[in-house]
This record gives sequence, C-alpha cells and structure tokens, in this order.
Amino acid sequence: MSPDKKQSKSYSVETRQLNLWYGDFQALINVSVKVVDGLITGLIGPSGCGKTTLLRCFNRVNERYGNVTTTGEVEILGKNIYDADVSLPELRKNVGMVFQRPNPLPISVYENIIFGLRVHSERRIRKRSDTDNIVETALREVHLWDDLKDQLKVKATTLQLEQQQKLCIARLLPLKPRVILMDEPCSALDAKGTRTVEELMLELAGQYTILIVTHNMAQARRVSNECIFMLLGEIIEHSHTEDLFLTPQNSKTADYIEGRYG
Amino acid sequence: MATDINPAPTSPKIVSPELMFTATKHSRKRQLTENVARGVFFAMTLLMILPLILIVVYLFVKAAPILSLEFFFSNPAKGMRAGGIWAPLLGTIYIVIISLLVSAPIGVLAAVYLNEYARESWFTRIINLAVVNLAGVPSIVHALFGVGAFVYFARMGRSVLAASLTLAIMTLPVIIASTKEALGAVPMAFREACWNTGATRWQTIRGIVLPNSISGILTGVILQVSRAAGETAPIMFTGAVFFKAISEGDVFAYGLLDRFMALSMHLYQLSTQVPGVPEALEYGTAVVLLGAVLMVNALAIVLRVYLRSRQRW
Repeated sequence: MSPDKKQSKSYSVETRQLNLWYGDFQALINVSVKVVDGLITGLIGPSGCGKTTLLRCFNRVNERYGNVTTTGEVEILGKNIYDADVSLPELRKNVGMVFQRPNPLPISVYENIIFGLRVHSERRIRKRSDTDNIVETALREVHLWDDLKDQLKVKATTLQLEQQQKLCIARLLPLKPRVILMDEPCSALDAKGTRTVEELMLELAGQYTILIVTHNMAQARRVSNECIFMLLGEIIEHSHTEDLFLTPQNSKTADYIEGRYG
Repeated sequence: MATDINPAPTSPKIVSPELMFTATKHSRKRQLTENVARGVFFAMTLLMILPLILIVVYLFVKAAPILSLEFFFSNPAKGMRAGGIWAPLLGTIYIVIISLLVSAPIGVLAAVYLNEYARESWFTRIINLAVVNLAGVPSIVHALFGVGAFVYFARMGRSVLAASLTLAIMTLPVIIASTKEALGAVPMAFREACWNTGATRWQTIRGIVLPNSISGILTGVILQVSRAAGETAPIMFTGAVFFKAISEGDVFAYGLLDRFMALSMHLYQLSTQVPGVPEALEYGTAVVLLGAVLMVNALAIVLRVYLRSRQRW
C-alpha cells in the first residue's frame, strides 16, 4: 500500500441519501454514511431507530422481508449494490451477517461451515480433503477447533449458545467476505460468551470490515473504532468512538449515552 | 416527590406459623372445584373413547366369520349376496393412488410457492382464503363439479380417471393447507441464515426448509389418502358402479376409462340397495375399509415419528 493511500482512509461501505420505506413507514431518512475499511464500526441508538434496517441494506437482505422500497445509493468497495448488474447471491457472499439469536442450520457442525461453499460452488461435490481443511481453518479462526474437532458430526443446533454464535461467524469465513454485519451478536450470550465473541471481533478486524449493532453502550466503547448514533431513522452523529462518548457534538447523542432515553 | 400511584397492597393478616400452611375454608373450596373439573374432563374423554372401541369391537365380531384371504381375492357374487370384495378393493386402491399422484405434487409445490416465494399482497391473501374455504366445502359439491368438468366437459365419461380427478380436486386444498402449515413451522432464522450466505430461495428450500418439514408434509398428504378412500359422494356420480366383474387377482384389471367398484360405494349399496345380504358380508366390507384407513393413519404416525427423530433444533 502506498503511503498516499494510507493517509486518505478508504471506505468499504458508503451510502448516499439512502431512504427506505416499509410500506408507508419511512424507516431510514437520508442516510449518508462512510464506513472505514478494516475497522469495527458500532451502530447505536434506541430500539426501532433503524439500526438493523440499515445493516440489512448492506447486503440487500431487506428485500426478502416483504414490502420494502429503497432509494439512494449504497456502495460496497466502490460498487453501487443497487445497480442492475449486481447479483444478490454474490453480494451476500461478500457481505455476511451474524444475528442476534445464533442461527446455526439444523445440520452438522461440518456441514454448517461448508454450507456457503456448497451453495456457491458449481461442482456438486468438493474433494473431502479440501473441505476438511476449510472446516479446520474456519473453526481455528474462531477458536472452536479444540472444542469441536471431535464433534464435527454433531448437529449444530445442540451446541451451547456461545459455540453456536462463534460457529455462525465461522460459517461466513470460508466465503472470504469483505464486510461482516453483526446484529447484536452478544445479546443472547452470558458475560463470558460476550467477552470471547468481542475478543474474536477484535481479532477479525483488519481482515474484515465489521459493522456491529448493539444496545450495550459499554460494548460499543470496548470494541468499536468508530461509532454511529441513530435516532428515528436518521444518523445523528458519526465519529471516533472515544469522541462520541466523551465529547458528543449533538445533545441527543449526549442524552442517549447518558441513559436519559433508549 | 410525586404521589405514589401504585400503593402497596394492604398486608395480609399475620398468621401464626403453625397455622400458616393449613387449609383455609377458601382453599378447601378451590380444591373441590379442581377435583370436579378434573372429573368432568375425564368423563368426557371416556365418553369419547368408549363408542370408538365399541364400534371397532362390534365390527370385528360381526365380520369375523367371513374374514379370510378368499374374501379379499374374490369378486362379489350372486347379486352381491356372496363372494368377496376384490373388485371394490382394487377400485379404491386405484382411485386413491391416481388422485394422490395428481393432487400431492400440485398441492405440495403450490404450497411451497405460496409460503416461500409469494409476497404478501391482496392476491395471495385471496388465494389463501380460497384454499381454506375450499378445504371446508362438502364433498358432494366437489362431486357435482367433477360431473360437470370431467365426466361431461372433458368427456372422460364415468370412469376411474374422472373419479380420481374429482377426489384430487377434493384433497388438493387440504394438502395445500397442511403443507403450508408444515412449512410455516420451520423457524424463520434458518431461512435468514441461508439467505445471508447467498443461498437462493430454491437452495434454501432444498437444503433446509424441505428436509425439516417433510414429516409434516407427508403426514398431511397421507391423511388425505384415508379421506379419499372413505368418501362416497365424489365417486358416486363420476364412475363408481353397483357391480363390475373383473378378473380376480389381476391388479391391472381396471383401465383408466373403465367404470369401477369402490369399497365405500360397495358398502353403501350392500346396506341400502340389496335385500337379503348376509350380515357378515356388510361388516366384512366395513372392517376392510376401516382397517385400510387405520393402517394408512398408523403409517402416517410411524413416518412422522421416524422423520421427527431425525430433525431436532
């Protein structure tokens, strides 16, 4: 990377005048935001402010949820994903999502990890030795290999919640995504689970751009480099996490982070 | 300080520890009501089971003298007053299989479309409403439709095909409804997980949704087998006849455009149209019909238990 480029930040997600309606209800209003490549960006705000909706715009999975109208632009790595030539399967391969409730598929741990590859590979059967490697690499990356190496045939839905959530993250990795969207990934986990998933996120940052929606402001402070505060479908403030929490520019932000509403 | 909007309830009387856990007048009364309620529910359950058991036992006892392999494999004879049930048994098997070959694929695939692809709109709402209502239409209405559409308009005449298609029309809405229910029971989270790895809808359905709903889908389909086998009205006008001799033991005895005999129709004729039929003949026919329905339902249960044991989340 040239020193020049390092100076000017590169953005992996950029929206311009993004508006979104569920039927008649406008859930996003003129959202223009730039998410820095390779960092963890937190999305905070009270329930119903559009955090999850915004997240779902980034891989267009919103459109699977019924009557949705979107205007404006969303660029991922410089490409407008609302262009006509964008293939949704390819988009979602590159922009993965982790959910609030761990949602491993009701198949084995092994099959969960390579599910994405199977979906995207033309050949029906891959070489067993290839997939073995892929599964091991992915599980090692999320520190599940030692726990699960003897349980690869176990149905993933029978694992502990914490393991399930890590598995859901591991499931994205073989697809080599550029952006990982996390929708309150720790809210179903206990304190220990939350800590290990947060540590995992910090390790994955750099390789992947991570966007995390969270209700837990302490978590936003711990893991995110930048933070976006949303209210009623609008972006109120977007800055370095430290600045946002220590010297909020907007009084609404200050009220929220001090717990006066939300 | 604001006024207390939610004042604490007045504290209950302090009771001495040795009286604290003994029954009061009020708690004895509640226990009595509880016993009465349990008794009533149990009595009603008994009332429901007893006639069922009586019917089955009664039928078997009455039919016992005639039940033999020969009864299954010989045609009715001597003006229905002797012989077996081969022709009606085979006829019933024909119309059940053919009607399901038509209605199961259409019904299941349509339900998959409605549940997995179609977006919520006034059009799909009307379709869903129509499906639910059609499932509740009396079978005689389907019969009349079958006469008009298949027997006359499509010129199939009264035949195995016309009757099977009429039964297919009758079972279709129920299969759609039960399949939709089975699909709806698959958690949305599984679909979300698939979509977010870039799976298409079909890959999601093939890989996750169908394997996890197949037990419910099959149960719904199989239950329609017994319904199709037991109905008289839809086949009465569309192809079932009073008597038709076919070669005994030949499973290909009926052609698609032949008229045929069927168990339900046969039983109706024996018990209302023919004087002097030996009792055992009627009861034997009834037992075979009942036994077939019970067997099919048992199969549905076994299949469901087996498939359920492989799906756990």
